[in-house]
Amino acid sequence: MKLNPSEMTSWEDAALAATLFAIDPTGIKGINLRAQPGPVRDEWMRRCRDYFSKSFCWKRVPLNISDCRLLGGLDLPATLTAGKPVAEKGILAEADGGIIILSMAERLPIGTAATIANCLDCGEVVLERDGLANKTPTQFSVIALDEGIHEDESTSSKLQERFAFHVELENVSYQESTHWSFSKHAVNKARKCLPAVSITNDMLELLCAAAMGFGITSLRAPLLARNVARALAALEGNQTVSKDNALLACRLVYAHRALYLPAEIEEEAEAQQPEQTPEQNESEQDQQQQNNEQQQFDPQSLEELLIEATQAVLSKQLLEKLQSTASKNNQKSQSGRSSNLKYSDVRGRPVGVRKGEPGNGARLNVLETLRAAAPWQRIRNNVSTTNSDSRRIDIQREDFRIARFKQRTVTTTIFVVDASGSSALNRLAEAKGAVELLLAECYQRRDQVALIAFRGKQAEVLLPPTRSLVRAKRSLAGLPGGGATPLASGIDAALLLAQQIKQQGETPTIILLTDGRTNINREGEADRSTAETDALLAAKEVRMENVSSLLIDTSPRKQPFNQQVAEQMGAQYLAMPHANSQNLSEAVLAHTSSKQSMALAS
Amino acid sequence: MTSSIRKKSKTKETQARKKQTARIEYPFSAIVGQAELKQALICAAIDQTLGGVLIFGDRGTGKSTTIRSLAALLPKMDVATDCPYNCDPQRPAHLCERCLDDDAETKLKKKQVTVPVVDLPLGATEDRVVGALDLEHALSKGEKLFEPGLLARAHRGFLYIDEVNLLEDHLVDLLLDVAASGENVVEREGLSVRHPARFVLVGSGNPEEGELRPQLLDRYGLSVEVKTPTDVSQRIDVVKRRDAYEQDPAAFAEQWKNKNARLRTKIKQAQARLSDVNVPDETLVQASTLCMTLGTDGLRGELTLMRAARALAAYEGSQSVTLDHVKQMAACSLGHRLRRNPLDDASSRVRVDRAIEDLFSE
Repeated sequence: MKLNPSEMTSWEDAALAATLFAIDPTGIKGINLRAQPGPVRDEWMRRCRDYFSKSFCWKRVPLNISDCRLLGGLDLPATLTAGKPVAEKGILAEADGGIIILSMAERLPIGTAATIANCLDCGEVVLERDGLANKTPTQFSVIALDEGIHEDESTSSKLQERFAFHVELENVSYQESTHWSFSKHAVNKARKCLPAVSITNDMLELLCAAAMGFGITSLRAPLLARNVARALAALEGNQTVSKDNALLACRLVYAHRALYLPAEIEEEAEAQQPEQTPEQNESEQDQQQQNNEQQQFDPQSLEELLIEATQAVLSKQLLEKLQSTASKNNQKSQSGRSSNLKYSDVRGRPVGVRKGEPGNGARLNVLETLRAAAPWQRIRNNVSTTNSDSRRIDIQREDFRIARFKQRTVTTTIFVVDASGSSALNRLAEAKGAVELLLAECYQRRDQVALIAFRGKQAEVLLPPTRSLVRAKRSLAGLPGGGATPLASGIDAALLLAQQIKQQGETPTIILLTDGRTNINREGEADRSTAETDALLAAKEVRMENVSSLLIDTSPRKQPFNQQVAEQMGAQYLAMPHANSQNLSEAVLAHTSSKQSMALAS
Repeated sequence: MTSSIRKKSKTKETQARKKQTARIEYPFSAIVGQAELKQALICAAIDQTLGGVLIFGDRGTGKSTTIRSLAALLPKMDVATDCPYNCDPQRPAHLCERCLDDDAETKLKKKQVTVPVVDLPLGATEDRVVGALDLEHALSKGEKLFEPGLLARAHRGFLYIDEVNLLEDHLVDLLLDVAASGENVVEREGLSVRHPARFVLVGSGNPEEGELRPQLLDRYGLSVEVKTPTDVSQRIDVVKRRDAYEQDPAAFAEQWKNKNARLRTKIKQAQARLSDVNVPDETLVQASTLCMTLGTDGLRGELTLMRAARALAAYEGSQSVTLDHVKQMAACSLGHRLRRNPLDDASSRVRVDRAIEDLFSE
């Protein structure tokens, strides 16, 4: 059995990942299985399960699992019967030596993800709840069923960081999935070999250098790659990790973590992709720096190995991924949104309970109240002799638990900036300046901003909603000007984003800066009249969505067309022919704060 | 029902601690790089009044490893035997009620224990943090017993909160209150207990996952930003050592025992020397000027800077604090107190360094 990395399909990769996972589940820690539910995923799961014995412990963790079930807590019925606190094991402790499956992992709350990640790291569940305190050693591995569709919809990076593998089954046909190269017997044999497999320092160095080459800063990656390489060697029946094993491990562990390509390969890639965004250049510079360091470290052999490693990791998909989405680096870091949540006793999504009394709209959580009262029953029954019926549960004020909810109150300001040639270049500079000033303001109010620019044939989301000033400034700096004015697409893009923001329970506001000289219609054709009707239509849709908006006319003279658009949008219209960044930002602030006070009043 | 506090030997904490010692943590001295983090933690251990260390950093930088390795590193401390709160027999002013009673009768017996490094796990409930009525005892004996919580266990040691930005708000409030007053007041379930709880609050988090409230930020004495080493040979070292540790933790710890011991002696000496370190007026003026230039709010920054510099001086064996000590501790004592300038890209560290350069370069 010879594994040739460059010829492996994604299904073969997936099959190999499952096999290695079965050989050393604790070393590999986990797999992020990105696939929609369907026969292919079922087939993969079935094959994976087949590697383990019938009695092997598989635990499925539902999305909305409570801390009490996850970590353990008070066993309510047992406590009531026994009359004293009885602890109940949580699912993480129960899964000791087994595998937990996270369904819909992309929607897993960040707190749950952090708890699981912590247990993976420490190898124990630390319980400090409901008057119980204990530590239960547990070693489990994880299969995260990531059903995300969009790129930013994925398993928490906290977890992915700790998993060795990321398996994509999106483009695998069912036909393909019937083929599987490794038997259960081979895995059993490899499991026996594994403890004896050693890895040389050279190979460790290769794994480290390769990780650096791909811009992977976390040191967990090379450690995981080491485990994978050992499992590969065991699969081949070898006692030591060979170079091929290490290279294949690089491919399996690093490909989805890679932020950029090592320099040599980057140059080749450049030839195919002449247009480069500033960010890529930056990362390339970093890369070159690091490469210099590598040369200092071990001039010859390491570098050659590194090139080989790169070729092993390299696949067509990876190249596309790295080149198409330069902003991906940023998106990756955007996983947690915990700070956007506001806890409330009254409305929002339920998130647990706290001690407190119902009233003022706060609602009693009956089950948790019972749980709080349960351990006390024996004492209370002793004390209150009047209570002859001992089967009645005695609940006192201090037991009351009220449900807590979280709500989002974040306002997201979407700047839609006309970057066309007609919107004279000095205007663009002013708009940028204004946006920067507003960013500072939004930052202080802990609001989010997003930036859409339209020019040429289409609109582009330069900055998805963020609070990061640095990111915003960077994408602003990289905003080029020139080209035609596709106003309709600009409004469409803003509306789409606004809808997404609304779905998250946040409040979007659109600020449109344009001179109104639109000349590209929705189809991307240069035709002034259809361009105008399309723009008006798009504007109408904004009003139908009831999104608060402001149109800033940046043309030297008031544009009647802009006024029409504003009317259709239900937007506040502001002509600012001599706008500088200062008064521009003041106008926007006045608009947003008036909206906010109105919202408060209602 | 009589009210009393349960003897330490029976507590759940001790049982938990026993299990904890069974696991051998990665040795502190074997940690590659992270000089700033190590320095901050050591300074906080030398002078516990520094008030907490906040650690920001990327994933996989070994934040948790470093903190969990502290327990094995730090010199043992004297505690009163049978005291559930680790009372210091040498400091009668800070004794808990129980020890005060005992002290009045007979001299307190003391024993040596390792400095507690207590993990506050995610999902911990309030009753376990502050302590609560011991139910089992109440049920079986009919006596009201206070079961001390994590805060009691952390007294005179470290309280570590991983992912501090994911902690529930009401727990954060509670911790802030106790950290500020140095005392845990429990009024619940018919209990009324107060006990000393002075600990070094160590929080780690990833700023990308939500920022900390300013009140919480200010409560930390020192802040450190950790990064993974970018030097390949250092990274290889990390992986090799980790590999060796995972293969045989006991042997690996043995290998680093001597280095740990040397560091421990140094810390112990510094702790003893701390009160003798002289802070010249001139240095104080320089520190204040630096704080004023940077515009840090309040006096907390200045006080922390002075204390941190003094701890460092003690650690380095100097008789008095010099400007150099102040410079070294400036970034971590003041960095998180700077007023945000949203349009200044420079990290707070760079801004502090810049100010130092401007002020003291001549």
